[in-house]
Amino acid sequence: MQGTTLILVIGAMAIAAYYMGRSRSVALVGGPTQGTALHSLPGYYGYFTAIWCLLPALAVLLLWVLLEPRVIVALVVQGLPEAQRNLPPGELNLLVNNIQNLAAGDAVSGTVDASLQDAANRFNEYKVLSRKILTVLTLGLGGLGAAIAWRRIRPDFRARNRVEQIVLVALIAASSIAIFTTIGIVLSVLFEAIRFFQKVPATEFLFGLNWSPQTAIRADQVGSSGSFGAVPLFTGTLLITAIAMLVAVPVGLMTAIYLAEYSSRRVRGIAKPLLEVLAGIPTVVYGFFAALTVAPWVRRAGESMGLEVASESALAAGLVMGIMIIPLVSSLSDDAINAVPSAMRDGALGLGSTRSETMTRVILPAALPGIVGGILLAVSRAIGETMIVVMAAGLAANLTANPFEAVTTVTVQIVTLLVGDQEFDSAKTLAAFALGLVLFVVTLLLNVIGLNVVRKYREQYD
Amino acid sequence: MRMAHMTESNVTENEVMASQPDVDVADPVDTAAAATGVAVDLPEQQLTELGATVGEVRCADPYVVAENVNVHYGDNHAIQNVTLEISKKEVIALIGPSGCGKSTFLRCLNRMNDSIESARVTGRITLGGQDIYSKEFDPVALRARVGMVFQKPNPFPKSIYDNVAYGPRIHGLANDRAELDDIVHNSLERAGLLKEVKDRLDEPGTGLSGGQQQRLCIARTIAVNPEVILMDEPCSALDPIATARIEDLMDELSEDYAIVIVTHSMQQAARVSKRVAYFHLGLLVEVDETDTIFTNPRHKLTEDYITGRIG
Ligand SMILES: Nc1ncnc2c1ncn2[C@@H]1O[C@H](COP(=O)(O)OP(=O)(O)OP(=O)(O)O)[C@@H](O)[C@H]1O
Ligand SMILES: [Mg+2]
Repeated sequence: MQGTTLILVIGAMAIAAYYMGRSRSVALVGGPTQGTALHSLPGYYGYFTAIWCLLPALAVLLLWVLLEPRVIVALVVQGLPEAQRNLPPGELNLLVNNIQNLAAGDAVSGTVDASLQDAANRFNEYKVLSRKILTVLTLGLGGLGAAIAWRRIRPDFRARNRVEQIVLVALIAASSIAIFTTIGIVLSVLFEAIRFFQKVPATEFLFGLNWSPQTAIRADQVGSSGSFGAVPLFTGTLLITAIAMLVAVPVGLMTAIYLAEYSSRRVRGIAKPLLEVLAGIPTVVYGFFAALTVAPWVRRAGESMGLEVASESALAAGLVMGIMIIPLVSSLSDDAINAVPSAMRDGALGLGSTRSETMTRVILPAALPGIVGGILLAVSRAIGETMIVVMAAGLAANLTANPFEAVTTVTVQIVTLLVGDQEFDSAKTLAAFALGLVLFVVTLLLNVIGLNVVRKYREQYD
Repeated sequence: MRMAHMTESNVTENEVMASQPDVDVADPVDTAAAATGVAVDLPEQQLTELGATVGEVRCADPYVVAENVNVHYGDNHAIQNVTLEISKKEVIALIGPSGCGKSTFLRCLNRMNDSIESARVTGRITLGGQDIYSKEFDPVALRARVGMVFQKPNPFPKSIYDNVAYGPRIHGLANDRAELDDIVHNSLERAGLLKEVKDRLDEPGTGLSGGQQQRLCIARTIAVNPEVILMDEPCSALDPIATARIEDLMDELSEDYAIVIVTHSMQQAARVSKRVAYFHLGLLVEVDETDTIFTNPRHKLTEDYITGRIG
């Protein structure tokens, strides 16, 4: 039976199990009118039966799908002639690939001889057999599970608590997926970064002032050995983030204050969705807006003031990134301001404060934790932003604090390092992981600091 | 939900109060029942048409004067044609069933209704002869002269000192730190809180107990030296002991300020106020001396309310 059909059949069985479990519980106490004699509602007995039909069957199915290819390959290799079985791993792999391709009817490299054809046939046989066993096994287990669960139903059986436990386990499993993924990502980045640091000393990476990651592709090639001083990237990131925050924080905060405290309901009803539209524009669109509109404008404006401005400048990228982040800052601050109880507002107004005194002396201080949290989120967003910088700030790793020059950022360099055609274990490619690690550590630190600030103010204000 | 909760808390409060031996007014239920014969039997319908208030809305030395005040929230006519005079050194209690417009009327007196978008106030309210709803009159300055204490204690999330200093600071009442210190200490002293907090003035005001917080709010209000203090159910979130302290405080404050208090506790009205105004469905039904209202209500609705048949 095909995989999808199998799943559908198991699903149908589970539904049937639900109704059977349900009706058995009702029948056991002598009809629906006697429902109170049951420990749980009849539906819970149904769920209980259905879950026991579904879980074992699906577990076996999953396990089978994971293990089947390996087992079949192992079996096929067992059946190969002595000479082929003892091939070095690389060639054996190729052979197995060929067999699989032949079995699936795809193109095969090299000639097809009798033994190969034979192996492919056996491969297909095993596959068919495996499917049959799988079908019988899963359906049998599903039926068995349901039957056992069905038999366990008694009026005093605590089906509701059982279902609750299973739901709990499912929830824990779901949330651990996210946690384990994070751990996995961190570990892989960490290991690759360690490999990088074996080639390039960490001190050079962290404190070196020169970034030019070009290395020779082949050993016999004449080329630079590359230098991996990441300080220009850090300063570039810092510069652009600072410019973006200089734009986003005041504008976003004032927008939030206006919307939360001053605007009439009608203005708010129009302005809020518009801001959300701003948040919904893809960053690549911001990127070409920055590169084609803002950057030339910045250059012309700079020239008219007698300043020398690169056509790709940190200022242009930072400005546009700031605009992009405004909605984030304003909507998070708006939430924080609205969360301040209106009793505070009334209290301040009742003492004769003007609106702006109420705002600056009472509401903003009370909303500060939320606002700071929002700003920190915005900072990590700015640090992680790539597209705008690629398009508007350039790739030149200049070590400068001058916003009119071209700079580059950590994320942009990660992209350019990985789109190159270098070997995967060259220092150039591995440098991307080291940069990623730095990025990760910095954002983590930002979050920790942010949370601490928030907690400190919480204690003070609650 | 909110109404239900308040009614409940009032019942308990009333019970506790009634069992205290030193309540110096005779039990209002008994006396009012005895006075049934005197009550004017005016149907509700007729009252609405006349808009007339039984008793004496005028007083000897009026300072706050409300003339024919109407408040609409959209289509809801929440206050109908209310006329009431309040003199400079008296405590007047506003009583009445939930939703009758007591808070609304109170908020008219310092224009707190301005911040409610749907609210529309008509009529004339004067403070010391000035029309507070006229164009020239600044509502911000008004609220410094007419302070307000809210039902739920709402100290700012600042230190105790800063809470009290807030008003003087924004109104520039102190020239230097020493003066400000004086104002803060005096206000706390008068609110009866100084002894409890003098060693921890820089701790957050939100860390005080509910009763202390409410006294802090009163201190904060008197720190700007207002002429009138409005209190909207200031004790409804407090236990009997904290309530008693605040009532004592009101007694002292009434020597310097006009106090308008909204309360659901008839015992409290009887204890603290000189006059009582009874509201019903947006109408001011009866105003009179406290003793008269509780011993000899003239309107049927008033009588029903204080004997516990409404509300
Ligand atoms: N902000 C508001 N917007 C619209 N209607 C309101 C508002 N505040 C009060 N009302 C309405 O005005 C009427 C009077 O309300 P108000 O709060 O003055 O009653 P109250 O006498 O203070 O009641 P309570 O004893 O429960 O506090 C009610 O019908 C209420 O629904
Ligand atoms: Mg009220």
